[in-house]
Amino acid sequence: MARERWNSQFGVVLAVAGSAVGLGNFLRFPGNAAQYGGGAFMLAYFISLLILGLPMCWAEWTMGRHGGAKGFSSSPGILGCILRHKAGAYVGVLGVIIPVVIYMYYVYIEAWCLGYAVNFALGNMHFSDAAASGAFWSEFIGEKENGTALGVSLKEVGGFLIFVFILNFILIYRGISKGIEWFCTLAMPTLLVLALIVLVRVLTLGTPDPAKPDANVANGLGFMWNPTKVLMESKAPDGTWQKDRELVGDAMIAAGHTEAAAASGTLRIREVGIIEQLQRPQLWLAAVGQIFFSLSVGFGVIITYSSYLTKKDDVVLSGLAATSANEFCEVTLGGLITLPASVAFLGVSGIVSLSTFGLGFHVLPCVFNYMPGGQWFGAAFFFLLFLAAVTSSLSMLQPGIAFLEESMGIKRRASVAILGVITALGCWFVVYFSADVKALDTLDFWVGTFLIYILATIQIIAFGWKFGVDRGFREAHEGAAIRIPAWFKPVFKFVCPIFLITIFVVWMTQEVLGLGGGKPSSYILDLFGPEKNKTAILSIGLVLLVGSFFALLVARSPTYKNFPEDVET
Amino acid sequence: MTPGGWIIMIFSVGSTTWLFVWAFWKIFTIPGETEKVHGFEFEPDKPERDE
Repeated sequence: MARERWNSQFGVVLAVAGSAVGLGNFLRFPGNAAQYGGGAFMLAYFISLLILGLPMCWAEWTMGRHGGAKGFSSSPGILGCILRHKAGAYVGVLGVIIPVVIYMYYVYIEAWCLGYAVNFALGNMHFSDAAASGAFWSEFIGEKENGTALGVSLKEVGGFLIFVFILNFILIYRGISKGIEWFCTLAMPTLLVLALIVLVRVLTLGTPDPAKPDANVANGLGFMWNPTKVLMESKAPDGTWQKDRELVGDAMIAAGHTEAAAASGTLRIREVGIIEQLQRPQLWLAAVGQIFFSLSVGFGVIITYSSYLTKKDDVVLSGLAATSANEFCEVTLGGLITLPASVAFLGVSGIVSLSTFGLGFHVLPCVFNYMPGGQWFGAAFFFLLFLAAVTSSLSMLQPGIAFLEESMGIKRRASVAILGVITALGCWFVVYFSADVKALDTLDFWVGTFLIYILATIQIIAFGWKFGVDRGFREAHEGAAIRIPAWFKPVFKFVCPIFLITIFVVWMTQEVLGLGGGKPSSYILDLFGPEKNKTAILSIGLVLLVGSFFALLVARSPTYKNFPEDVET
Repeated sequence: MTPGGWIIMIFSVGSTTWLFVWAFWKIFTIPGETEKVHGFEFEPDKPERDE
């Protein structure tokens, strides 16, 4: 059978960019930047992009195309090829588990976005405050009780979920170029146009309510980008100072000084500068995490997508272009839309949450409710989130399709059917256990964060130490339109793995295990604590079940018995 | 918004926008980078596995 190929370089770049651009660009990034101080966060962010994001992208593009030239398109096949050992195929199973399991819950979130877009367009979204929009979200996704997310009315997610699930599988069945590439070449420009329309609307909002002069776009931009944070702190009974709220804008800061002066020593104003913020490990964790998860590295996706390239196709410029598209959507669009709009209508104090779901589904629906023409701008914004989500979820299916075709020797129709059953069962599990979005949250942590770190570390070590940096450079530059600067060689070999391992160890010890004075995270306590959570345990069981099935396929498949001799061509 | 905030925003937004425009301009100006009319290109010289 003929190997599938991309139709054009522009198409594959848009497909990879589409895979990377998602909710995190428009919701997670602004929340992180605002929380950790725009200037300090951006410095750590750009350093992480340079020494982690870009090298990881180029390594995956190069290894993927190399594996594709040997006839492999799945992560087990490609890593087996690179490591020249069957153990590589078993390790590569991670590159199938990750996208397949993430798809199971990502498609659920995708359905939220479509549901919100449709409800905005129909004029069904009227909220007095963020609490009201939060209550709608809770009902919509069945957050209160297990089994309540399966309704099919306009104000329930079930019908939207069925639609987006089928849409994904129709597109993936059409294949690499006629399905994924075709959709991404339509969806990505549409997404950009919609985002630019919303951006112009947001930046021209000014001060929407003259009665609230502090609630304006300039203060919204300041909330996100100001390098120095001005905090109002209150004195706790034990004598320590704790953050009360953040002050943005001259008027708010002046009022804060007056309030502090009148509080006779129980309140104070403190400025937190860029150097102090950079000394916080959490800031670096957040910046690295943002780059890492935003670019879809260590996901098993880029390595599969690039396997459909030929030796004469460029990977260096393509990797850079896909990365740049993601960064443009994240920094330029995400950085200028979400928080300025929120502050313009709700003020800094009205932003009740900076988390992805908090900003996206509590704060923003309320913001669009206040905005003139908000019905249509809300519909446009959530539709662009939906498009971003579909281009990402499609990319999560292809690694599984490629692996099933490769390991079972079956055609696309059969592999789509098998993957459809697996993901439908997994998706049902996530949607059924909707109370407190526990299943989603557990899978997102252990698969969407923990396993991604593991796979990314293995991949960069495989590239730098087994494949070899010099050879990797030669392979990457075959057909390349631009060259990777030579100073990236030690970055690939030393800086990137050390940086990744350091961040992983710090993250595990401080944030997850709570060593050094903290307490273990809820994800650990759910599984090993005194009060175990049934849904969390079942979620891990689901991952192990899927992983065991894929590992069994590797064990039984003749495809992974012998890998072609690794002769440099 | 403080002057520092403006500087950081303009640098961040400007640099990512410039990189995005440059990278895609470069892709569009590569000689021969035109869309093929079909989606499934067979290359007989590449290793294939039979199904």
